[in-house]
Amino acid sequence: MGYSIREALAAFRRAPGLAALSAASIGFSLFVFGIFALAAYNVRLTLRQAEERVEIVAYLVDDLDAGQLEVLQNEVRAFPEVTEIRFVSKFEAMRNAVRDLPEFRDVFTDLDVNPLPASLEVRLRPEYRDPESVARVAERIALYPFVEEARYGQDWVEKLDRLRRIAGAVASILGTAFALVAVIIIGTTIRIAVFARRDEIAIMQLVGAADGLIRRPFLLEGLLTGLAGGLLALGLSFLAYLAVDRSLIHIAWLPRTWVAAQVAAGAVLGWLSSGAAVRRHLRAL
Amino acid sequence: MIRFTHVYKEYPRSGLALKNVSFQIQKGEFAFLTGPSGAGKSTVLRLIHMADEPTDGEVRVLGLSSQTIRRRQIPELRRRVGMVFQDFRLLRDRTAADNIAFCLEVTSTRRSQIWPRVQRLLADVGLAAKAGAYPDELSGGEQQRVGIARALANNPVVLLADEPTGNLDERAARGVVELIRSIHATGMSVVMATHDLDLARRYPQYRVIALDEGALVSDTAQPETVRRDGV
Repeated sequence: MGYSIREALAAFRRAPGLAALSAASIGFSLFVFGIFALAAYNVRLTLRQAEERVEIVAYLVDDLDAGQLEVLQNEVRAFPEVTEIRFVSKFEAMRNAVRDLPEFRDVFTDLDVNPLPASLEVRLRPEYRDPESVARVAERIALYPFVEEARYGQDWVEKLDRLRRIAGAVASILGTAFALVAVIIIGTTIRIAVFARRDEIAIMQLVGAADGLIRRPFLLEGLLTGLAGGLLALGLSFLAYLAVDRSLIHIAWLPRTWVAAQVAAGAVLGWLSSGAAVRRHLRAL
Repeated sequence: MIRFTHVYKEYPRSGLALKNVSFQIQKGEFAFLTGPSGAGKSTVLRLIHMADEPTDGEVRVLGLSSQTIRRRQIPELRRRVGMVFQDFRLLRDRTAADNIAFCLEVTSTRRSQIWPRVQRLLADVGLAAKAGAYPDELSGGEQQRVGIARALANNPVVLLADEPTGNLDERAARGVVELIRSIHATGMSVVMATHDLDLARRYPQYRVIALDEGALVSDTAQPETVRRDGV
């Protein structure tokens, strides 16, 4: 292993230009992917924030007693789709209306009787925020005799769902295309770097080096080149994020797992490409 | 030590390179492999080095058969069969000493043993003073000596030389041949391919195996048994 590490590092010293060029090619191809990931992540985040607002409001009959309310709350809370429920009393509904609609404050305070119904706000788990699930849960809640009506903004939920599907499809297609471009560029770059050292491989074979020993320094070199490219891509992606965040629109930086995946992708692709390129030369003799 | 038994070698593009070649080389023997360009000399050496497989027949080297050898056994065989080339095949970005050390490193020699051995090998081939020189700073003869030192690095029992004097002037060529002869004098078997018949004639004490168009046409070790068809 000591030999492999020494040789891999020595290869960078002997041909620093080629090593830098390889790392830069990998870095820029992963940077393009990183920019795409940044855009996809922020679109996803925005959609998720919009989805957070998906909720069902069950308006309750006026003569509901405390026992019935407790039964209703317990049963709805037990639905597998439901993550959280909140009871809004008639008094709270009026207070909210006065707060949210100040232009009607006088109208509300002049009323002898509070006309606003009590309600139950029902929030669903993220995986059940699609139109079908929301409608299903709303229908089930509406079946209770002390529920007057269950509303959830059907039109808005359907539009949001369509938007989410379109974003998912575009992300899949573009993501695959960008990933393929990165794989091809990285594969070709490493292949050229290995080809430049084909004499070395041939000589190693001629003097009796085992295939594994020939392969190891190249694998390590591919891994390090890919890692350098991945780090370069990460740096460039972060600069792009800062530029957009400070001058155009506030966006979120990628989560740690995505960042790690970007760097690891460079290293793994460098390693795999190197292995494939060396194998081709090993077969030749 | 080396035995060819009815060996045929055919390349997809260039056709039949060897036709029914049979011969045997004993331990400690020095054999010239002669013939014009395209006679099949290099093919014979590649087959001995197990860089190629015969299309038919069997090549047996140091007890290993071309018919049964496994890929993982080939590196071990090559450490015992050193090879020298007409074009030297040195790494241009490494010094003479590094070229030899590289060969020892990739064959898992202990680090502490590498540099003493490199220095001794360079001294053996008369290049102790040129250890730090890069191939481009050496003459052809000197580069070939580095190639020979590299071929000897793993203490082989057979030395194969493919036209080792082909790129050298007469004086350098004579020096390289004398060096190979001195190596042979230590007991090592040598198979040297050359198209230069005069070179082979200068050393009548050594065996000459002549090839032409892939067939073995004469063998001084068995003058009466060889015909043009190699049978």
